[in-house]
Amino acid sequence: MDKSLTMPTISGQAGSRLEAGPQGKRPRKTLSSRNIIVYGALGLAALYYLVPLYVMVVTSLKGMPEIRLGNIFSPPMEITFEPWVKAWAQACTGLNCDGLSRGFWNSVRITVPSVIVSIAIASVNGYALANWRFKGSEIFFTILIVGAFIPYQVMIYPIVIALREMGLYGTLYGLILVHSIFGMPIQTLLFRNYFVSLPEELFKAARIDGAGFWQIYFRIMLPMSLPIFVVSMILQTTGIWNDFLFGVVFTRPDTYPMTVQLNNIVNSVQGVKEYNVNMAATLLTGAVPLIVYFVSGRLFVRGIAAGAVKG
Amino acid sequence: MLNNVSARTQSSVSIRELSLSFGSVKVLENLNLDIHDGEFLVLLGSSGCGKSTLLNCIAGLLEPTEGQIFIKDRNVTWEEPKDRGIGMVFQSYALYPQMTVEKNLSFGLRVAKVPKDEIDRRVARASGILQIEPLLKRKPSELSGGQRQRVAIGRALVRDVDVFLFDEPLSNLDAKLRSELRVEIKRLHQALKNTMIYVTHDQIEALTLADRIAIMKSGVIQQLDDPVTIYNRPKNRFVAGFIGSPSMNFLTGELAEEGGHTVFKTNGVSFSLDGYDAYGPLKGGRKVILGVRPEHIKVDGDIAGGEVHEAIVDIEEPMGADNLLWLKHAGHVMSVRIGGARRYAVGAKVRLAFDMSMASLFDAGTEERI
Repeated sequence: MDKSLTMPTISGQAGSRLEAGPQGKRPRKTLSSRNIIVYGALGLAALYYLVPLYVMVVTSLKGMPEIRLGNIFSPPMEITFEPWVKAWAQACTGLNCDGLSRGFWNSVRITVPSVIVSIAIASVNGYALANWRFKGSEIFFTILIVGAFIPYQVMIYPIVIALREMGLYGTLYGLILVHSIFGMPIQTLLFRNYFVSLPEELFKAARIDGAGFWQIYFRIMLPMSLPIFVVSMILQTTGIWNDFLFGVVFTRPDTYPMTVQLNNIVNSVQGVKEYNVNMAATLLTGAVPLIVYFVSGRLFVRGIAAGAVKG
Repeated sequence: MLNNVSARTQSSVSIRELSLSFGSVKVLENLNLDIHDGEFLVLLGSSGCGKSTLLNCIAGLLEPTEGQIFIKDRNVTWEEPKDRGIGMVFQSYALYPQMTVEKNLSFGLRVAKVPKDEIDRRVARASGILQIEPLLKRKPSELSGGQRQRVAIGRALVRDVDVFLFDEPLSNLDAKLRSELRVEIKRLHQALKNTMIYVTHDQIEALTLADRIAIMKSGVIQQLDDPVTIYNRPKNRFVAGFIGSPSMNFLTGELAEEGGHTVFKTNGVSFSLDGYDAYGPLKGGRKVILGVRPEHIKVDGDIAGGEVHEAIVDIEEPMGADNLLWLKHAGHVMSVRIGGARRYAVGAKVRLAFDMSMASLFDAGTEERI
């Protein structure tokens, strides 16, 4: 009886204490020394990355007379888009004077099929390695991983010979083939790790339901794998788009990808250096990876996290 | 020796000399098992004993290193899982997350290209039996654990299989749901009369569901019997200790001859073995372990007769319906189960009588029942 009597008084006290609220002022959080350091460091880092971009954007919007004044940080007095037009449609590389547009379309023709082919094959590879442990699959996987760490330069000469023998040297198909193969190790690893992270019992259940290799892949695994496909697509698109070495080695001037053409425009030694055109050309070349990141950035982070955390 | 004739019996699933090793690790060794038509068999054991591995072998998800598996008198050792006439329910439910319940249920049938109206008929029947009709249009993520497991059972149900395989189906559920679904699985078995093989580490599930229990340890079946026999006449000390909660009391001692009778002697105290059903004649001098379950030791008023011992109450654990006493006697501490209403003070003296007809004697060396 005593115990039951004391209960309401205790809760009553707690109630009055709640009404009174916490004692003293709410601690201030804004201008503490810790926050100044954190935001200061973040701001400096942001500046470090943004200043070159700023310089490029403003320079690309200036005319040559204004650039000669030398104030690279000052905003353009008169905004002109002529350098952009010139970079895209008129800049000369060697004998061609149709600007970067030729390189852009070459790059598209290289990147799109390379990305599709490499992801299609790598995802099936990863799925097979994760779920259908065949004899020697561990060795196969190890070889693949080692492949990811071999420097590209070592293989250039053998590949040139191989492509020549296949009659693909200097063509876009040759470069597509090279990109697809070189993307394979890291892409397969990516897909394998993702498929391993999916519950194994799903795969077992599908097998008991009678689904075969391709049915499980297309009807069970694919619908669950959007994040990793996005990650893979971003990595491949930016990687292949930004590639310079393979582009310069395995293609000819009229099939040069955008990066190689950009280099040729910027490094041309004849005539006046048109800084504004160079800047515009660089921004144009970098636009594609930038857009890819902006559009799919959130999915990218989710895909990376999904592969890492899910056990 | 492999004997095909013996496989052609009444049994629904037969396992012959089955061995499986992962590299140098032997998970199953020379295992034989016959499961009757319509039987509910539980594979019971702690984790790593090979029970799930055995189930996966029966399902065709793992290839045995040696041995053969028969289902309905057909050698299915190298058959694909889908051709074995089995359905399987997993611990994690393993529902396809992107499909609705209806699509989950019908996936196997759609893969097998069963006609649409037949699919609808079977899905309707299965969802009727499991009472999941209102859930058919939902995705698995919108279901509770119990509902998910029901759908998982339904997936096996629609395929009209001969044998149901359950791989710890209730382990992911909370205690209340677990006991509810346990009853439902039992009801399902009584209604369908299919052969069911059920893997669990939970002895309550095993005792309540099984027609027969196979207790496994290190890839070997220790005892295969009905639950009552397993509980009352365990074949060895491992089985005796594994089944029962609180665990059986084990007293280490030896057999001795006293006054023309064989008695059990520990720390100078003799226990009469009157009523013990031994496999063979018991002789003095043998080192043995006496096992008695907590409810087979009678206290004070429950004593009907026979030899009486005296003990001191060490700890009392009231558990509601029961009261568990830990008693000190003959240098041992033993647990005794009495009615929940009977209370004792710590240090009190109590009188004990051992029901030797329900006790077990194990050889101290081999730990086998004698």
